[in-house]
Amino acid sequence: MNYLTRRLLTFPLVMLGVSILVFVSIRLVPGNAITAMLGTEAGLLTPQQRAALEAYFGLDKSWPVQYGHWLMGVLRGDLGISVTYGKPVLDVILERFPLTLELALLSMLIALAIGLPAGIFAATRNEKPSDLGVRILAMIGQSTPNFVVGLLIIYILSVGFGVLPVMGTFTPFFENPLENLGQLILPALTLGFAFAASVTRISRSSMLDVLSEDYVRTARSKGVPALSVIWRHALPNALIPVVTLSGVEFGYLLGGAVIVEQIFALPGLGRMVLDAILQRDYALVQGSVLFIALNFMIVNLLVDLAYAVLDPRIRLGDR
Amino acid sequence: MKPLLSVSGLHVGFGRDPRANEIVHGVSFDLAAGETLAIVGESGSGKSVTALSINRLVDFGGGRITGGRIDFTRADGTAIDLAGASERELTKIRGGEIGMIFQEPMTSLNPVLTIGEQIEESFRLHRGLTGRQAKAAARDALERVRIPDAARRLKYCPHQLSGGMLQRVMIATALSCNPRLLIADEPTTALDVTVQAQIMALLAELKRETDMGMIFITHDIGLVAGIADKVMVMQAGEAVEQGSLDEILDTPRHPYTKHLLSAVPHFEAGRAARRDYSRPKTPATPALKVEGLTVRFPVTGGLLRRQTGAVHAVDGVDFDLMPGETLGIVGESGSGKSTTARAILGLVQPIRGDFTASSNDPAKPERNAVQMVFQNPYASLNPRLRVDSILAEPVVASGRKVDAEIKQRMEMLLDRVGLPRNALERYPHEFSGGQRQRLCIARALMLNPSVLVLDEAVSALDVSVQAKVLELLVDLQHDFGLAYLFVSHDMAVVERIAHRIAVVYAGQIVEIGDAAAILSDPRHSYTKSLIAAVPSIDRRREHFTLDTRQVPSLVRPLGFEPPPAEWRDIGADHRARLEA
Repeated sequence: MNYLTRRLLTFPLVMLGVSILVFVSIRLVPGNAITAMLGTEAGLLTPQQRAALEAYFGLDKSWPVQYGHWLMGVLRGDLGISVTYGKPVLDVILERFPLTLELALLSMLIALAIGLPAGIFAATRNEKPSDLGVRILAMIGQSTPNFVVGLLIIYILSVGFGVLPVMGTFTPFFENPLENLGQLILPALTLGFAFAASVTRISRSSMLDVLSEDYVRTARSKGVPALSVIWRHALPNALIPVVTLSGVEFGYLLGGAVIVEQIFALPGLGRMVLDAILQRDYALVQGSVLFIALNFMIVNLLVDLAYAVLDPRIRLGDR
Repeated sequence: MKPLLSVSGLHVGFGRDPRANEIVHGVSFDLAAGETLAIVGESGSGKSVTALSINRLVDFGGGRITGGRIDFTRADGTAIDLAGASERELTKIRGGEIGMIFQEPMTSLNPVLTIGEQIEESFRLHRGLTGRQAKAAARDALERVRIPDAARRLKYCPHQLSGGMLQRVMIATALSCNPRLLIADEPTTALDVTVQAQIMALLAELKRETDMGMIFITHDIGLVAGIADKVMVMQAGEAVEQGSLDEILDTPRHPYTKHLLSAVPHFEAGRAARRDYSRPKTPATPALKVEGLTVRFPVTGGLLRRQTGAVHAVDGVDFDLMPGETLGIVGESGSGKSTTARAILGLVQPIRGDFTASSNDPAKPERNAVQMVFQNPYASLNPRLRVDSILAEPVVASGRKVDAEIKQRMEMLLDRVGLPRNALERYPHEFSGGQRQRLCIARALMLNPSVLVLDEAVSALDVSVQAKVLELLVDLQHDFGLAYLFVSHDMAVVERIAHRIAVVYAGQIVEIGDAAAILSDPRHSYTKSLIAAVPSIDRRREHFTLDTRQVPSLVRPLGFEPPPAEWRDIGADHRARLEA
C-alpha cells in the first residue's frame, strides 16, 4: 500500500475525532438555538412552547442520539440545515469557500514572493547593515496586528490617493477576474504582510544554517559561482522549514480570517463561523469545523508530499 | 623551474579584527608539480586554515588573509598571487586547477542532488560540457575512482552510498577537471581503517597517473608515510619544521615533531602489547561473562508491515572478562562492536543470550557493576550542570542520597583522575577535551563498578592527550582492579591498552585471545586485512594496494540462524573461527 492511500485512510478517523470534539464543545457553551433566536424573551415561553421548539430543533433528544443522527446525515452527505440561513449547511459553506481559498492562495503567493527573496538576501548579507534592516522590517511585520495593517492600507489609499477599496457583493474570479482581484488584492496584502515577515525570518535562518554546511563549501571548492551556490545548492536544502511554515499558515487562512474579512466587508468563512457560533447554529458550526479540519489535513498531506519532492532522503514509501 | 605553488609569509586571521585574531602566523612552503606535501599537526594548529587559504575558501568561513603571498602557476604558465586574486578569477581556479577533498564525505556532498549531477557540474563549469557529453564524462570520472557499476551509481543520491564510496565520489569530483593541485584535508579521518587504506591506495595511484601536486593534511604521521614526499609540521599557527619525509621521520629536530612522533601510537604488531597481567591458571569468577549474546533489529516491509527479516547486529557473542583485565573489541563501523557494548549496559535489548557481571561490592545491585565512558566528551556532559551535579548523577540514579561520603568520593576521584578539587564548582565548558574525558571517567567510577565499558573513549582526543588518558586508564586499572571492555577501531591504541583482543566482523567474533598473539600472528583473513590496513611509519615504502571487498549485508531472512561456530585453537589463549 503506498504512502498516499495510507494517509488518506487516516482521514476518516481524524474526522470522527474532530466531529465528536466540536459536537460536544459547542453544546458546553450555555444557551442553544432557541435562546439565541429569542434572546431574553426565551424566558417567556411556556413549557409546552419550549418543548415544541426543542422537538422541532431536535434538542429534546440525548446528546448521543443527536450526535448519531447528525453523523448518519454526514455520512449521506447531508450536513443538516442551517438555522440562520435556512439553507443546507454545505451550500452555505461552498458559497463562501471560493473567496476564502482565493484569499489564502493570494496571501501565500505574496508572502513567498516577498519573504523568500528577502530572507535569502539577508542570509547572504549576514550581520551587515542590510541584513539588520531586513530583520527589523520582518520583526515589525510579524508584530503588527493585521487590523492595524488593514486599516493603514485603507487609510493611505483613501486619504492619500483617493482610492477606495472595492466593497459590496463579491465577484467570483471566473466571472470577472479584474474586479475580483480588485476586491481581494488589499485584504491579501494585509494578510500577506505578516505572513511574509514569518517567511523572511524562517528562510533567513534556514538559509544561514545551510550556507555553513560542508556541501556548500564543497560546491565553492568546485568553483561554482556565488549565485549558483545559493540557488542550486543551498536553496533546495533550505526550503523545508519554509514549506512547513507556509503549510501551517495556509491551513489557518483556509479557516477564514475573521478580522480582515470584517474590515474589508468580505463574505468569507471566518465571519460565517463566528456568526454561527454566536447564533448557536449547531449544524453550521459542526459542518464548517469539519470542513476546515478536512482542508487542514489535505494541506498537511500536500506539505508532506512536497518534502519528498524537495529531499530524496525523505522517502514516503513502505517504511 | 618555477614551483607549482609557493606560499610565503602567509598570515590569516578571523573575525572583525583579523590582525588581532591571527590563526596562522607567517607560514611559507613550496610545492613542485607531482610532489606531495603533508601538513601535520594537532587540532588548532592552523593546518586546515592554511589549506583553505590556498583556494581562498577561508573567506567564506569568516577568515581573511592579512599578509603574505600565495603564488600559483596556472595551466597556461602564467603566475597568479591567489592571496590577492579576485573572486571571479578564483571561481575559475577552484575546481578547474585546484581540487579539494574534505574530511567528512557523509556531509560534504549535497543531499538533494544525485551523485551524477554533482560530478557533472564540474565539467559544465570548467569544460563547458553539456547534456550527454557531461554525463559520459561523469561516468568516466566515477570509473576512474574504481566505483563498480558507475552508470547506475550516477543516479544515486548521497544517502544511498557508504562513507568510503562517497569519499571516492568526492575524489572523482575534485579530480574531474585534472587539477594541477589537489588539497586533501584529513580525507580519511572519518573512515574505517580498511576503507582508509583503499582511499590512500587510490590517491597514490591517481598521483602516479597524473602529474598533480598534492597537499595532504593530517594529524596522523603514520598515514603520510606511505604517500608524502615532504612533510611540514605545524603547531599553534606556525610551521615548526619542514623537510623531506625521511628527514622528518628519522631525524626530527624540533621538540614538537619529536613529541608528535612519540605521542602517536604506532602499530607494532603486538610488540607494544601490555605484559602487566596474566590470566589466572585456575578457574576464577570473571568480572563479566557474556554468553551467546544476540541482538537483532527487525526489518519490516510489505502491506501490513510484517517483519520480513532482521539485521543481525550481534550474533552469538561469547567472552569473559577477568578483574584487572582489558578486552579490546576491534572491528569496523557496522561490525556490531558498539551494539555489543550497549547491550551489556542494557541500552539495547538482546533477543537472546546472557551476561553476568559480578560487582566489587556484593551488597550493591548488580546493574551498577558495569559503567560506561562514551566517545565524545563534548556531548556526553550536560553543559548546564556543575561538575558536582554531574558526578552525583549516577549516585542519584541508583537511588542513593548524596551525603558527605559521596562528596568525599568525588574529591578522591577528581584527585585520582588528575583534576583539581575546585573543579566541583565549575561547568563542563571550562574544561578541555582531555579534562572532560577525565570527568567522564570519574563519573563512571562514582558507583565503584567492577567493569568499565570504554566505547571509542579516546578516539575524539588529540594524540598527545590520548596518550595521557590511556596512561590514566592503566593506572586506574591497577588501583581499582577494574576490568575494561575497550571498544575501538584504532589498532595502535588497542595494542597499548588491551591484554586480550576480540575481533568482531559482521556481528560475530572471528578471532579472540591474547593481544600479542593476535596482533603478531593473525589467523582469520579479516583480522589479517584489518592489520594490513593500519598505516605505519615502519612500512613507509610499502604502497597500499586496492581491495574492493564489500562488507556483507547483515540483513537476514526471518528465522535464519547462523550455523554454529567452529573454532580452531592456535595457542594457549588464541583461537580463530574457521572460515568457509
